[in-house]
Amino acid sequence: MMNTPKELRYSKDHEWVRVEGNKATVGITDFAQSELGDVVFVELPANGVAVTAGKQFAVVESVKAVSDIFAPVSGTVTAVNDALTDAPETINSDPYGAGWIVVVELADPGELAALLDSAGYEKLTAEGGH
Amino acid sequence: MRKAEALIFEKGQPGRRAVDLPACDVPAPDAAALIPDAYRRKTPATLPEVSQLELMRHYTALSRRTFGVDTGFYPLGSCTMKYNPKINEDAGRLDGFAALHPLQDEATAQGALAVLAAMEQYLAEIAGMDAVTMQPAAGAHGELTGIKLIRAYHRHRGENRTKVIVPDSAHGTNPATAAVCGLEIVEIKSHADGAIDLDALRAAVGSDTAALMLTNPSTLGLFERNIREVAAIVHAAGGLLYYDGANANAIMGVSRPGDMGFDVIHFNLHKTFATPHGGGGPGSGPVGVKSGLIPFLPTPVVVAADGGYRLDYDRPLSIGKVLSFYGNFGVIVRAYAYIRAMGPDGLLAASRDAVLNANYCLSRLKEKYHSPFDRFCMHECVLTSKNQKPYGVRTLDIAKRLLDYGYHPPTIYFPLIVEEALMIEPTETESKETLDGFIEAMLKIAAEAEEDAAIVKNAPATTVVGRLDEAAAARKPVVRWQP
Amino acid sequence: MTRSYLPHTAVDRQAMLAAIGVAATEDLFADIPAGLRLDRPLALPAALAEQELARHLRDLAGQNASLGEYACFLGAGAYDHYIPSVVDHVIGRSEFYTAYTQYQPEISQGYLQALWEYQSMICALTGLDVANASLYDGGTALAEAAMMACAATGRQEVVVARAVHPHYRIILGTYAADRGLTVKEAPFADGATGVAGLAELAGPATAAVIVQTPNFFGCLEDVAAAAELAHKAGALLVVAADPVALGVLEAPGALGADIVVGEGQPLGLPVSFGGPYLGFFAATEKLMRKMPGRIVGQTTDFEGTRGFVLTLQAREQHIRREKATSNICSNEALCSLAAAVYLTAVGREGLREVAELCLKKAHYAHAELVNRKVCQPVFGAPFFQEFAVRCAKPVAAVNAALRREKIIGGLDLGRYYPELAGCMLLCVTEKRTKAEIDRLVRTMEAVS
Repeated sequence: MMNTPKELRYSKDHEWVRVEGNKATVGITDFAQSELGDVVFVELPANGVAVTAGKQFAVVESVKAVSDIFAPVSGTVTAVNDALTDAPETINSDPYGAGWIVVVELADPGELAALLDSAGYEKLTAEGGH
Repeated sequence: MRKAEALIFEKGQPGRRAVDLPACDVPAPDAAALIPDAYRRKTPATLPEVSQLELMRHYTALSRRTFGVDTGFYPLGSCTMKYNPKINEDAGRLDGFAALHPLQDEATAQGALAVLAAMEQYLAEIAGMDAVTMQPAAGAHGELTGIKLIRAYHRHRGENRTKVIVPDSAHGTNPATAAVCGLEIVEIKSHADGAIDLDALRAAVGSDTAALMLTNPSTLGLFERNIREVAAIVHAAGGLLYYDGANANAIMGVSRPGDMGFDVIHFNLHKTFATPHGGGGPGSGPVGVKSGLIPFLPTPVVVAADGGYRLDYDRPLSIGKVLSFYGNFGVIVRAYAYIRAMGPDGLLAASRDAVLNANYCLSRLKEKYHSPFDRFCMHECVLTSKNQKPYGVRTLDIAKRLLDYGYHPPTIYFPLIVEEALMIEPTETESKETLDGFIEAMLKIAAEAEEDAAIVKNAPATTVVGRLDEAAAARKPVVRWQP
Repeated sequence: MTRSYLPHTAVDRQAMLAAIGVAATEDLFADIPAGLRLDRPLALPAALAEQELARHLRDLAGQNASLGEYACFLGAGAYDHYIPSVVDHVIGRSEFYTAYTQYQPEISQGYLQALWEYQSMICALTGLDVANASLYDGGTALAEAAMMACAATGRQEVVVARAVHPHYRIILGTYAADRGLTVKEAPFADGATGVAGLAELAGPATAAVIVQTPNFFGCLEDVAAAAELAHKAGALLVVAADPVALGVLEAPGALGADIVVGEGQPLGLPVSFGGPYLGFFAATEKLMRKMPGRIVGQTTDFEGTRGFVLTLQAREQHIRREKATSNICSNEALCSLAAAVYLTAVGREGLREVAELCLKKAHYAHAELVNRKVCQPVFGAPFFQEFAVRCAKPVAAVNAALRREKIIGGLDLGRYYPELAGCMLLCVTEKRTKAEIDRLVRTMEAVS
């Protein structure tokens, strides 16, 4: 059974967002990590770069697959999870916790409304997820 | 049984050597006087130090831990692992071919140029094309050459066409090639029956279409029945048709890509024309073209002159070069020997038997393994592990269990559009007894999956290592030995 | 039809057709529209029996002047070195040469280990952290290095020394053409590439500075200086190196090169009219995930036994498709195996000895030709096993005279560098004896 925490928002591209004030922590969902398999490498953006909702900002590689990670919201990267460089498998073991990828300072909090809630995301993945 | 073989670096002793070198027979100063100090290597590279016998034992041990076509059945889909005739190996090693310098005077290499010219002619005939270059070193290299030829052709006509259409069943090299040639990829979906969706194709073509890249028979092992309509749609938009010859083993003497409407083709000599795969290469990927693309072929081009041959470098519209010299000549000689041994009737029989063998496997396996397409296949068939899924057995497990039965597994998880795919290409060089043995093993594995899934899921049990930790290898790559 | 490569008898075919449930093989081809079926036999020569084929091949090979009969003083990218007997005995083992890529590691451990050991040897020679399992040849390896440098730096321009092999530069141009990349060529003086020439061209748009050592003229380049100026411009330094010369030359990686590529043919591969050869490719660890081609990595199985697998596959076309670092799939694995066996055979001391023999014999030949005033030296830069000389007579005439003495002479440099018309590029490997060199000198003396 996929883990889909209620307090998070989700994109159709399988990223999750945790909003605290004007900052959003971003990672990939349990469903996404499970589809990818053993994560072996994460190409992270530089701290301070601007990201745009719907545009690629990171890459997650597994043994037999590679996936572009799209920004669920627009803004400026204010923190990067450098620990993933040494332990990319954290994305598999703790996708919603230690496996976070970046923190983004929101440029337009209004974008959050376009994201799914946990029920909506569960529905999406139940339909095949793609 | 499970045991690592010591590394070559872990064998031997300092000071040992495996070949004796001659003494210097000319008067000359010390090397130190001939090379500026700043350029000179101060400590030798850490290479092995073993005796000749230690060397031979090491590599003999490694060869015994390697599975080739001569070891056993190798039905690796899309790779055409047919038998590699031994006389072809002898041919490549003849002094007149192997000890021939690429830049020596053409007058002293007429036999070699004759082989290149003959191969160009034979492959043009088999493909239904007007000219062939032997320069590309592999299939993907042929694709790169072909797409560059297509770009040059459009550019010469004053057109800037930037898109390449590929079906979603294509080999990864197709989109990768288009991308490294600076083109955008438009992927079109396949129909449920495996064919190209003509409406999707009509919607995708336009004045920006450079080419459609197509494998026919497709990677699903199916012949594109609507190929003439496909060609008409692409040509009407001003685009060209590229034929990925990966599956040409189905069509030798049966049907010709040039007649189907293709403008450019590559062959894989290491698939269709029986040259060895070498553990990943060297291959050879000759490219054939229709007459309109001839001016753009890479240099040099072999031309007939004065009753012999010469190399023509004066080709102002040429795309340049894709390899330092004229192609993987040693591989080309082997393929030449194959075509001469087979003759036109032999090549036709090879394709017919290849198709017969694939359909025989399909017909006997489809009772236990799900077949996603209900029609005859060409030289390879695609099955899936859908029927085994309820028992928790996946395609990977079936592949690993085949190792225990002494077979190389089929290609797995390709084509990408078929979930849990197993792609079986028996080739024509396998006997009915061999196919029967393989089919029995596959059926036995299907039975095991139902009765004792663990034995399949824990396979292989008999190999020199068990399933390897690929994730660890990619996370913290150890890609060389360090003293 | 039953042939040695086609095992089915008529009885076999009938039994198989019956199992499939069709009457004839034609029925299996029903998907091919009738109009597209070839209604005639292919116009190809009739089949030959094995002994007929053997004779025919021998006749064809006999029409070529092989280096078995001629003493070769021609190099220019293909080198007539001695190949130890063990090399062909190992690569002739059919477990190796009839295998394909190691997609099933459990039954490919031997080949994977051999390739991993090859990678280790290339790292040792080049002084870099990671090598791939092979590219097609030296020229394509150089082009791939340039493409990788552009991808890694996000820049669109490369500066290549004009003293790099002319064919390599043409390939580079072909690869760069459709990607909007600019290639600038830096001049040479006295046989080597001046730092000033490179510095003038390298700037903030430069992804890579590319030099070859020994260069096309056989001269040694100042790798450390090139590295310094490349890095100052924020570019990578790509060095194309002769692997045998690396027996006596400092590892380019130790001098600051970021990528080292080259033609691996000198490592145990026959000249074979230009191929198959071996493009070797090594880089710093930082560039590892941008590298083209297959890479073998070490790991363990679930019981902890050491094993090897193809790794970092997410870079490659079968996974990354249009975003792959290169479109390469089939490589030159068997040539890598040959190179590994070669390097194992000559070993740590032997590679240096081979390189020193080449160096000394080439210098002896050069000294004889110059001191006897047979021809004039062209360049003053230090050289390895190749050197340019200016002949009194046209190069073609000199080579024709040499051919009558069973010698393959040097390359006519005017073909690639108009300003060097009348100059010949000679190569002397360890395989040439003093007697052969003396014969070369005498014959050239007679025509001058």
